[in-house]
Amino acid sequence: MQALKVDALSKSFGPRQVVRNVSFSVATGETVAFLGPNGAGKSTTLRMIAGFLEPDSGDALINGVSILSDRTKAQLALGYLAEGAPLYFDLSVRDFLGFLARTHGLNRAAAKDAIARVAEDAAITDVISRPIETLSKGYRRRVALAGSIVHDPPVLILDEPTDGLDPNQKIAMRALIARMAKQKAILISTHQLDEVEAMCTRAVLIDRGDIKADGAPADIASRTPSGKLEDAFHALTQPEKVA
Amino acid sequence: MNESFALNMRQAGNALRAVYVRELAAYFLTPLAYVFIAIFLIALGSFTFQIGRFFDTNQADLAPFFLFHPWLYLVFLPAIAMRLWADEARGGTLELLLTLPAPTWSLVLGKFLAAWTVAAAALLLTTPIWMSVNWLGAPDNAAIFLTYVISFLMAGSYLAIACALSAAAQSQVIAFVLSVAVGFLFTAAGLPVVTSGLSSAFGPGLAEAMASFSLITHFEAAQRGVLEMRALVFYLGFIAVWLALNAIWVSARKGG
Repeated sequence: MQALKVDALSKSFGPRQVVRNVSFSVATGETVAFLGPNGAGKSTTLRMIAGFLEPDSGDALINGVSILSDRTKAQLALGYLAEGAPLYFDLSVRDFLGFLARTHGLNRAAAKDAIARVAEDAAITDVISRPIETLSKGYRRRVALAGSIVHDPPVLILDEPTDGLDPNQKIAMRALIARMAKQKAILISTHQLDEVEAMCTRAVLIDRGDIKADGAPADIASRTPSGKLEDAFHALTQPEKVA
Repeated sequence: MNESFALNMRQAGNALRAVYVRELAAYFLTPLAYVFIAIFLIALGSFTFQIGRFFDTNQADLAPFFLFHPWLYLVFLPAIAMRLWADEARGGTLELLLTLPAPTWSLVLGKFLAAWTVAAAALLLTTPIWMSVNWLGAPDNAAIFLTYVISFLMAGSYLAIACALSAAAQSQVIAFVLSVAVGFLFTAAGLPVVTSGLSSAFGPGLAEAMASFSLITHFEAAQRGVLEMRALVFYLGFIAVWLALNAIWVSARKGG
């Protein structure tokens, strides 16, 4: 079964169509890169899948449940790391994770176990009692990621999870995602091509709201004489222009 | 359909509790609630004893004390509610909050109830004045209790306005200014100077209609020891309408 099925999503802001009839799916065990230049419509698509934005048309099925007709049930099956990894800086890591665990219906005992599990997975046990505002950017990203998996969702959507991290922090984040990859359907929005080649089994390339390619990174790369994903990316997309 | 409804309600309860606890912690684990309560009590005490001349009335009641409640709520309560939604938008956590598996109304209610709890704590800390009056004479305690209840509902009304406008405004400052302005309209509509002016200009019908929407009209009736069902309905309805607007404005933000 496809754990995530995106069906003909479209979205306009005023006269400008940002996402146009976008369809793809992600199966359990797949880590799919959602690739595209800035302004391509990646975050808008992810926000529609997560239920933050209402699509003009189309739907997204999370674990077979429509985000439009049964939003709560669909969101319970989804872990979503929004762009910029938003956090409550005034809370400690434990309280932040506890807040998310409780909003996902975990009781006190289950929440305690879940917090211990994700803190271990995200390697944040050493900062579990610290206020989030005192943490480095790398730790904050890991806390945000831990928050998105505290209810152990079968589908995970990560919007630029390694953006702004240093090389060591990127390696740690990629290792964490790789550990989860077998049990979950993971969709990662990124424009870092080395990340795609390192982590992803498939890539969906979007530009100006349209899907330009959907396949294994190597297959997409082979469309150019050089065989490099970077060249394929360049050939299939256009630089962002002022609207 | 029933299963989906049950899940929605269960998740609404979970989110409401979690948001309530989180917001309460944000108030009481920072100086915010303590500063608010301290300044509110100092201001209320000053108004009651200095301007209201509490001791000079030689009456065992709390009329000079309750007189200033609407005006202090008008200024103080927007100060604690202005951050509730404006801060989420500014800090980028609105997306986190609105992608939680819960209906928007449960988040709205959780935040509102947390702010109302702070107001309740402030109101509770004024009870030594009530005790003092009992020590000095024999007041009508039932009337005072009733006025406290209506004052609490009135506080909820001012908070509901501020919560809603916090969701509509782009910043905390704008939310505060709008809340005070809108709150003032719903307060002033019941003032004798306004009702008499409206009455002479447009007739008594409009003046009475306007006054019936004022937050102080029903409060004054309670101070006379009269429990009117329509006062309860008015305040609860007023709160419900503004919380509904709050939910609509929050949903409009995520609509992009």
